[in-house]
Amino acid sequence: MTDELDDLKAALHRATPVADDKARARAMAQAMKNFDRLQGSAEEMRSKADPPVQAGFLAGVFSMLNSLKSRPLLAATTSAAALIAGFVVFLPIAGQLPVAPSKPAAPGVAREAAPADAEARKTVDETAAPKPAPAPAAPEAKVAEPQEADTTVAPQAELALPDVRGRVANGGALGLSADSAAPAITGNMTVYLEAEPAPPPVANTEAYANSPVNPVHVTAEDPVSTFSIDVDTASYAVVRSSLMAGMLPDADSVRVEEMVNYFPYNYPAPEAGQAFRPTVTVMQTPWNKETRLVHIGIQGAMPAATRPPLNLVFLIDTSGSMEDANKLPLLKQSLALMLPQLHPEDQVAIVAYAGSAGLVLPPTAASDKTAILAALDNLDAGGSTAGAEGIALAYQVAEGMKAKGEVSRVLLATDGDFNVGIDDPADLSKMIEKQRETGTYLSVLGFGRGNLDDATMQALAQNGNGTASYIDTLNEARKVLVDQLTGALYPIADNVKIQVEWNPATVAEYRLIGYETRALNREDFNNDKVDAGDIGAGTQVTAIYEITPPGSPALLNDPLRYGAAPATGDSKELGFLRLRSVKPGETQSTILETPIAPETAAPSPDALFAVAIAGFGQKLRGAKYLGDWGWDQMIALATSAKGEDAFGYRAEAVNLMRLAESLSAR
Amino acid sequence: MLMNTPDETLAEAALSGDRASFSVLIGRHYDRIFGLAFRLTGSRADAEDLAQDICAALPVKLRHWRAEARFTTWLYRVVVNAAHDLRRRQATRARAADGWGDWEIARQHHMAEEAEALDWLGAAMARLTPELRDTVALVLGEELTQAEAGRVLGISEGTVAWRMAQVKRQLKAIAAEEAT
Repeated sequence: MTDELDDLKAALHRATPVADDKARARAMAQAMKNFDRLQGSAEEMRSKADPPVQAGFLAGVFSMLNSLKSRPLLAATTSAAALIAGFVVFLPIAGQLPVAPSKPAAPGVAREAAPADAEARKTVDETAAPKPAPAPAAPEAKVAEPQEADTTVAPQAELALPDVRGRVANGGALGLSADSAAPAITGNMTVYLEAEPAPPPVANTEAYANSPVNPVHVTAEDPVSTFSIDVDTASYAVVRSSLMAGMLPDADSVRVEEMVNYFPYNYPAPEAGQAFRPTVTVMQTPWNKETRLVHIGIQGAMPAATRPPLNLVFLIDTSGSMEDANKLPLLKQSLALMLPQLHPEDQVAIVAYAGSAGLVLPPTAASDKTAILAALDNLDAGGSTAGAEGIALAYQVAEGMKAKGEVSRVLLATDGDFNVGIDDPADLSKMIEKQRETGTYLSVLGFGRGNLDDATMQALAQNGNGTASYIDTLNEARKVLVDQLTGALYPIADNVKIQVEWNPATVAEYRLIGYETRALNREDFNNDKVDAGDIGAGTQVTAIYEITPPGSPALLNDPLRYGAAPATGDSKELGFLRLRSVKPGETQSTILETPIAPETAAPSPDALFAVAIAGFGQKLRGAKYLGDWGWDQMIALATSAKGEDAFGYRAEAVNLMRLAESLSAR
Repeated sequence: MLMNTPDETLAEAALSGDRASFSVLIGRHYDRIFGLAFRLTGSRADAEDLAQDICAALPVKLRHWRAEARFTTWLYRVVVNAAHDLRRRQATRARAADGWGDWEIARQHHMAEEAEALDWLGAAMARLTPELRDTVALVLGEELTQAEAGRVLGISEGTVAWRMAQVKRQLKAIAAEEAT
């Protein structure tokens, strides 16, 4: 040992405080209590909720140990890389949920120590606050189940010279979506070499796609508002999972339009031959007496009884981070739920990716449930993620399944961990974009928290003409994959863009609520090369504007002294709504135009509920325009507009509002 | 009698449900857990929380211990992993400056008031990368051999040696800076 190290050692020993007796006693008492409980009945142990990021640590310890078994050689194979590593980001592994009894794993796939594993899943300690944990850097010495996938970083060990700058694997957001979240370094290994000590990079393993809240526009200066529709619902599920875990969601995780569009509405159905029908309702703004809301509800047509056959390629992330009960196991259950909804002529294929991509199930008729379920059961988490390779293979498989009149879709199921093996994440999006043009859609199903790369998911789904859903519970899986299967998988209108031209004579100011990440340039509206969202069969899309009439005390902008004279048109119309869309399989867009009348029918409960949810979303994002509109009013509005609510989605939303109210009061 | 029983035997007994053995095991190792947790995090509060969480989880976690592995090696690994988790969560909350980092910030604010040696320690630890800090905590703090530390961290002995050489280099660099 040398002087410097001796100094450090001495200082370290001096600095280390003596353990506090009370803390020791507390910890020991807790340990004994848990020990006793464990000896009682393992079954009595309560399970734990979906863990949000800020939650506790204990859950992680269990999963950490579980993951040790499936990724035992990770550190061994990457240790040389770690040697030169400036910083390693560890995969969070969320806590174990009790797994519904699943089919016994096929012979040969049962992992070592499976009994202990299974037991641990059932016996999660109830004192533990739900928390995610890292995947371990260390292998469990005794259990070896080599994962070739994990060796991908190892060769870099050869570069372990202090002055060689190595590969920088930055797995941040794809940079496609306007992303106000801090650039995230996600994934299980971010390795960089530096000779000199660098400050550790800040690791943020949940990346959200969002943009600043839409500002108020002055109609005289900027009369046209253009945006792409958004049929994603992921944000609502993320918000719910945060609230259910007892925390207000990250403001950046709230996308108001996705919350509004989460709920099924019953807008007037389109006439025969039309793909969709917009319904415009003008109503009093609940949070501002001086303004009005323009609610635009678009109802997609239900397809004829005979929908075209679907070709589904499940692209499943089986990387180590997917091992938690609320990830891969939930995914397996979800897909099993979905199978009965498919028609016999539909085809299913499964591609897994984890380091090396593989075709787990060749294209199989959906009626062959046994084969599909067996293939699902054989999926096992382990290895690192190489999203690009897997996607390439999935598209290749989808290409092979294509036939005239059929709809092909790749369903990517992941926790959003994409960075190993992709040097340029933009390439991935480019590939998805190219595939979109050949008619293969991409939907993204997000699982788990703590590592969720929402930004990447959004980017991929938006580029793939698909939807991004976040699945946190089996209930949510049922909603996305069973109740709304047709809509989710079968598009009736592509590239749907909305443009509203406001009449300066009747509307002095306007603002679009939500859709921040979907804004388009005015000229993009008529440019079919510019991609936009798609409407699925039988689904609804809602957009809400808040408008202020001229002379209203609620105006936020003063008139310009040297501006043009205020517009004085004769038209009483508030504005003009244009909807542009492309029929699936075609390239030319068609336009649908309708004026927005100042007086419309009284708002339906559906519209009122959508408004309440829009208020909820804005409140969670930091209510800039809501004035003193309180939780109570929001809850009253939502409750009054609950309607039939056959599946209880709206009741759940009201409960979330109440939960958020209590949490924000803390 | 239990007091002299090896860890591994106690762990085996605890696994089969022996309460006394488990109690002795925890009592024997709490200070070790806390000490390593402190050296990994640089924060007393974090270390106490970590130790508490680890103890609470230990009954279940113990099932993953393999009798072939030395108990302390396994336990160190549990602590290191728990600290990694904490670090990751703190980073997620953009609170990466906790612990040793906070120390460095505090040091800059109250440079005159703090004991000089502690200042130097905080500064040195804050400048090391997390990997190097882990290695320092095990090799210098727990006084493990490089081979043992390697087993805990799941890296080779050579890697530990290399990391320690890095630490030394960086300490020298800090010393050089201070000299100027």
